[in-house]
Amino acid sequence: MTTIEITYREAMRAAIRDALLRDDRVFLMGEDVGRYGGCFAVSLGLLEEFGPDRVRDTPLSESAFVGAGIGAALGGMRPIVEIMTVNFSMLALDQIVNNAATLLHMSGGQLNVPLVIRMTTGAGRQLAAQHSHSLEGWYAHIPGIRIVVPATLEDARGMLWAALRDPDPVLIFEPGALYPVKGELDASVREVDIDRAAVRRPGRDATIITYGATLQTSVAAAEQLADEGIDVEVIDLRTLRPLDDATFLDSVTRTHRAVVVDEGWRTGSISAEISARITEQAFFDLDAPVERVCSAEVPMPYPKHLEDAALPQQADIVAAVQRTTGDGR
Amino acid sequence: MSAKHRQELLRQMLRIRRFEERCAELYSATKIRGFLHLYVGEEAVATGVIGALLPDEPIVSTYREHGHALARGVPMDAVMAEMYGRSTGCSRGRGGSMHLFDADRHFYGGNAIVGGGLPLAVGLGLADALRGAHRVTTCFFGDGAAAEGEFHESMNLATLWQLPVLFACENNQYAMGTALARSHAQTNLALRAASYGLPAWPVDGMDVLAVEDAAQRAVEIIRAGGGPVFLELRTYRFRAHSMYDPDRYRDKAEVEQWKQRDPIDILMARMRSDGELEDGDLEALDREVTEELARAVDAAEAGPWEPVEDLTRFVYSEQS
Amino acid sequence: MAAETFEFTMPSLGADMDEGKLVEWLVKPGDKVAKGDIVAVVETAKAIMEVECFRDGVVQQVIVEPGTTVPVGAPMATFATVGAPVVVPRPEPAVTPAPAPRAPAPERPSGQPAAPSGPLIRRLAAELGVDLSAVHGTGRGGAIKRADVRQAAAEQAPTPAATTPPRPSGPSPPSGAERAARVSPYARELAERLGVDLGAVQGTGRGGAIRADDVRAAAAAPPREAAAPERPDRPAAAQEPDAAARRAEAARLATAKLMARSKREIPHYYLRTTVDVTDALAWIKERNRELPVGERILPAAMFLRATAIAAGQVSALNGFWEDGHFVPATSVNLGVPVSLRGGGLITPAIADAAALKLPELAVRMRELATRAKAGRLRGSELTGATITVTNLGDLGVELVYGVIYPPQVALVGVGRIVDRPWAVDGLLGVRSVVTVTLSADHRASDGATGARFLDVLGRNLSQPENL
Repeated sequence: MTTIEITYREAMRAAIRDALLRDDRVFLMGEDVGRYGGCFAVSLGLLEEFGPDRVRDTPLSESAFVGAGIGAALGGMRPIVEIMTVNFSMLALDQIVNNAATLLHMSGGQLNVPLVIRMTTGAGRQLAAQHSHSLEGWYAHIPGIRIVVPATLEDARGMLWAALRDPDPVLIFEPGALYPVKGELDASVREVDIDRAAVRRPGRDATIITYGATLQTSVAAAEQLADEGIDVEVIDLRTLRPLDDATFLDSVTRTHRAVVVDEGWRTGSISAEISARITEQAFFDLDAPVERVCSAEVPMPYPKHLEDAALPQQADIVAAVQRTTGDGR
Repeated sequence: MSAKHRQELLRQMLRIRRFEERCAELYSATKIRGFLHLYVGEEAVATGVIGALLPDEPIVSTYREHGHALARGVPMDAVMAEMYGRSTGCSRGRGGSMHLFDADRHFYGGNAIVGGGLPLAVGLGLADALRGAHRVTTCFFGDGAAAEGEFHESMNLATLWQLPVLFACENNQYAMGTALARSHAQTNLALRAASYGLPAWPVDGMDVLAVEDAAQRAVEIIRAGGGPVFLELRTYRFRAHSMYDPDRYRDKAEVEQWKQRDPIDILMARMRSDGELEDGDLEALDREVTEELARAVDAAEAGPWEPVEDLTRFVYSEQS
Repeated sequence: MAAETFEFTMPSLGADMDEGKLVEWLVKPGDKVAKGDIVAVVETAKAIMEVECFRDGVVQQVIVEPGTTVPVGAPMATFATVGAPVVVPRPEPAVTPAPAPRAPAPERPSGQPAAPSGPLIRRLAAELGVDLSAVHGTGRGGAIKRADVRQAAAEQAPTPAATTPPRPSGPSPPSGAERAARVSPYARELAERLGVDLGAVQGTGRGGAIRADDVRAAAAAPPREAAAPERPDRPAAAQEPDAAARRAEAARLATAKLMARSKREIPHYYLRTTVDVTDALAWIKERNRELPVGERILPAAMFLRATAIAAGQVSALNGFWEDGHFVPATSVNLGVPVSLRGGGLITPAIADAAALKLPELAVRMRELATRAKAGRLRGSELTGATITVTNLGDLGVELVYGVIYPPQVALVGVGRIVDRPWAVDGLLGVRSVVTVTLSADHRASDGATGARFLDVLGRNLSQPENL
């Protein structure tokens, strides 16, 4: 196996470039994806390589260009639409919820929408209340779309192609905090599955269920707990809809303890959904109440110390696991 | 223009008129449920515009789309069965009155979000532009949609990228119960559209020949690579907005005045004076349409329901 | 040519409209109307709307007067078609303001069996430690009343259970838990598996909750002597009858009581007939070819279906003997006895069985048996039966003379399907036959009624396409 050193951002760019090379129907469109090189420099250099037809700068018209992506998908193309950040996606909510998610069903199975929408999500960069949301769990409420969150370099490299091969709309949420993360990646990765959750660290005593930016924090918490003799399994959900509950239910059935870590707000969240499924389907295997570590219920404040206090931290996760094992009373 | 062609236009408008009248009756008899928006009075728009299109050219429509579907050639049986919610409907009964679809006939549906179809049409045009296909995508929408943000975004994007889209604005003077002048600062919608830099002009939407002529010109411009075109088709709905609507917001006199310009009457008068319509022709046409309609209703009545076990189908594509 | 008339009905002017008030007629008898004419003004909950006529005609008779509210679909006037001779009735107002009874009553969901034990009953049962599945209801449709629960509690005493405080409700109550300890679900399950008495376990979880580790520790430790002095009367947890055995015992007692009452009160008469089911079995085999394994139809379902049809037709056997007279049931709810693994018998009902087609019935039967064995029945299923089918054929029995479940008035017994020499149209061959019996309450019906019932049942079995 040849490995390469690469950042999350570069892995994402390699995935887009690869897709543009592999399939003529693929094109990238969004705000400042071309001349500027992408707000987060993900698409840097692609305009020069593929030209303005396939790397299209759009006006600031989220609803029109997301809707145009849907229309182009209906017309036989395989668009990748980039919405700069998750908060701007609300301006295109009508097209995502009322059209992309419903057309297949409303048409009685006649019109599928093979569209990929990418957007940056999450906090941690002192971007304050309007640029720090984690709304992927909110989108996961909606039947008809698929929600994936690459948390590793491998997924950043491989999820896009899988999403483009999906006949239905896929929303890829890229945690902004991960773009500069650097690591080793198997050079041969082109596509990964987007159906199953992954066990990122096996363990016997408790299960942490998480996704996205908090995966790293959770793994770090698990390592810290291992030093204390608590062996924690860490599950990366990867896909929030359709949710692969078999993987985390199987784990919880073995460990009897579950901690859900989610950067979204607690109320009505994906963490609430996971907790509910555990009580519905693994109640009699539980040895402790399900714990949740989520963001504080507050619009994200600007100063660093308050932002840190609002987000799930390693110490919070460690404490939650200890509560489930009875070691943190 | 041949007499035969005008007869065909007349037949199409009559099909739509009779279909809509029957829907009103079936709604009153509780055979059709949900929201029902009828096209009576606006038949010339669908008939004239769609008549100028080729059969493989995409159409994106609104929730008042029965006429568009029929004019596009979606079989009346399938449209009526959809009204009934039967699985033989053109959307397997899952859409209903507001969501008629027919992929084979490039009919991209009734959209029940005002203005929601505009970006879709832009995207269909974009796909054709990228693929080098020389088709015109037509988007029907109403005067109400012209107040939505998506209207502005779509006009700008389509013109900016010079996409092959015909924007067919059905200005029937009311956004549900709100008159044009009560919701638009600029009530000349063609003028407003022209400000985006695309050809735009108003058309008498009660005269099917005028509509067809305008659509023909628009399509020629678009096919020649001239970018999108906007037509403001001035028309009127004779019936209320929906079956729920007590029609309190407009004068009876106003309705009556517009009824004097019934698109079917206007065409018939023209044909009579040109000697193209003999005594008995209309009756024969009406009989033919009535029979087609009766067959459609019978078929809808007899159509099967989607099995409840299939409830959650078509949320995601089924792998074959 | 006879006058052709049609009704003008209250139109639906919105999916949320159930009724409308006629405000004004814009036409009168004798008036000619054309399709599309406005003929009346109607007030709905939302607005006053003009109502059009969808056919040409002549107003013949006005049925509803202004000011009257009628449901959607109710006739408001009759019209004659144009061309037909019009008979206009006498000029005085044709009919007095028609009150609602003239109109069809609004549709109501068809009769579901009423919940036979309400929440109060369930709570009382929990307080008294009574297992409702073993209680015989004396109410209408077998509904359990409070008195039934109290009596069951009285009969249950003195049992070890009666000396324990109220058990928390739940799928697996902790045996011998002396205090309301908090136990994690997994620990509870583990305790049952390892045979650990939770009452003797010290919890180390939050708020003293017992966790799995605590149970494991208790299981590993030698029997705790300290527990003995506290409860000298029941020194070892192992001696306490477990919940399943207690349940079985209670079920046995309930059955005993019910059957004794039946034989004491009900003058049974018995009829039997032997039916050739060769064709029916062949037909099922053919049907099953198209069905997935899990949905295949067993012969037992066929007997249920035939009984349901017969009970629907001969209603004198489908119902209850209550307070000295027969009360027919409104639907056929088939009682199907299921033997419990721990012993005892339970007779859940398949509700509205006459409305179920054979494949649905087969699925319901299988599902009911599974849930009955898992103790997951709904209350309504335990008490709603209107007639019972006992099938002992699988156990090798050829002939069943059953005892009726009061207050029901009939029970069908089904024996084993056996191959017998049998003459059809004078030709002797080997055919598959089954003997079906009817036990019926002579207070409620006579032999002729019973004979008719068996005849219908038999005919349905020999002509499977009717199923």
